Amino acid sequence: MKVSIYRYNPETDREPYMQEYEVDTQGKDLMVLDVLALVKEQDPTLAYRRSCREGVCGSDGMNMNGKNGLACVTALSIVAPGVLEGKKALVIRPLPGLPVIRDLVVDMTMFYNQYEKVQPYLINDTPAPAIERLQSPEEREKLDGLYECILCACCSTSCPSFWWNPEKFLGPAALLQGYRFLADSRDTARDDRLSRLDDPFSLFRCRGIMNCVSVCPKGLNPTRAIGHIRDMLLERAI
Amino acid sequence: MVTSVTSFSRNGVSDWLVQRFSAILLGAYFIGLFGYLVCGAGVDYAAWHALMTSVPMKIINTLVILAIAAHAWVGLWTVTTDYLTRMTFGGAATGVRLAAQALLVLLLAGYVLWGLWMIWGA
Repeated sequence: MKVSIYRYNPETDREPYMQEYEVDTQGKDLMVLDVLALVKEQDPTLAYRRSCREGVCGSDGMNMNGKNGLACVTALSIVAPGVLEGKKALVIRPLPGLPVIRDLVVDMTMFYNQYEKVQPYLINDTPAPAIERLQSPEEREKLDGLYECILCACCSTSCPSFWWNPEKFLGPAALLQGYRFLADSRDTARDDRLSRLDDPFSLFRCRGIMNCVSVCPKGLNPTRAIGHIRDMLLERAI
Repeated sequence: MVTSVTSFSRNGVSDWLVQRFSAILLGAYFIGLFGYLVCGAGVDYAAWHALMTSVPMKIINTLVILAIAAHAWVGLWTVTTDYLTRMTFGGAATGVRLAAQALLVLLLAGYVLWGLWMIWGA
């Protein structure tokens, strides 16, 4: 099968280019990460991130045939139907919108800066109890669909609002985490958290196109979380 | 650098509300007007003139003109701060964005004044 991969080494290349490879998967419907490993055997200069290879660590987020996802849990037949039959090529690029360090490795600083802004940790200014801060099963249930985020950046880098204003729009991943703590019954900084989100950019630059939902490898729904935060802001304002 | 200084209210919640309420008003207005034209059998110039010169309709038309201007500004401000940035225009972005926003403000102000003149003028 044909594989076309984005290559760029800022130390030697004037500009990025696409490099073609021929890979033999022996007819197997491999995961894209396995295909990259086969390419790496041919060309050890290819750079990409990977770690757990089972969709837990979030290291190998990349753009495969136009759609962001984790290479380790994306099968060829899903991302590029017909690629095994030679009808089309597998096209792999780095996550869009972030500066490229080399090949498929992107600089995640902007993404982490936005994550840091939502204060992704529990804030509670009441005296600590002797054992632990308890939650009812109903209160705990509100965190389902929020805490599972692995910060792979597939969602934020598929969002045009994040592409255009990555310093000011927090992006779906950070907003999902923001809501994870807004929805936590043990957190007491709700008002301060909301005050940080009511400007025209941080949250309201979301136009609801839902690219984030369509690409999330964990099946999460940042658009819904953003909607919940918007409701909280409206409730507070009116 | 893109900032919120030129946004409608400098507050995301207010801008969002203005855009939604103006959209509801505009939607209701145009559906109502369309319904009047379709259902109001034999609408002639005299009936149309009488409708548009009645005080309640003048007030509604004024609100609609203002709603269009506010709605357009919130939307176009978003467009200019998305696309007219350093990413597309480099160092000239602030100047380009300011010029585009100034032009849009002048256009919208012109439309509002023109509309008010048509509604309330002699």
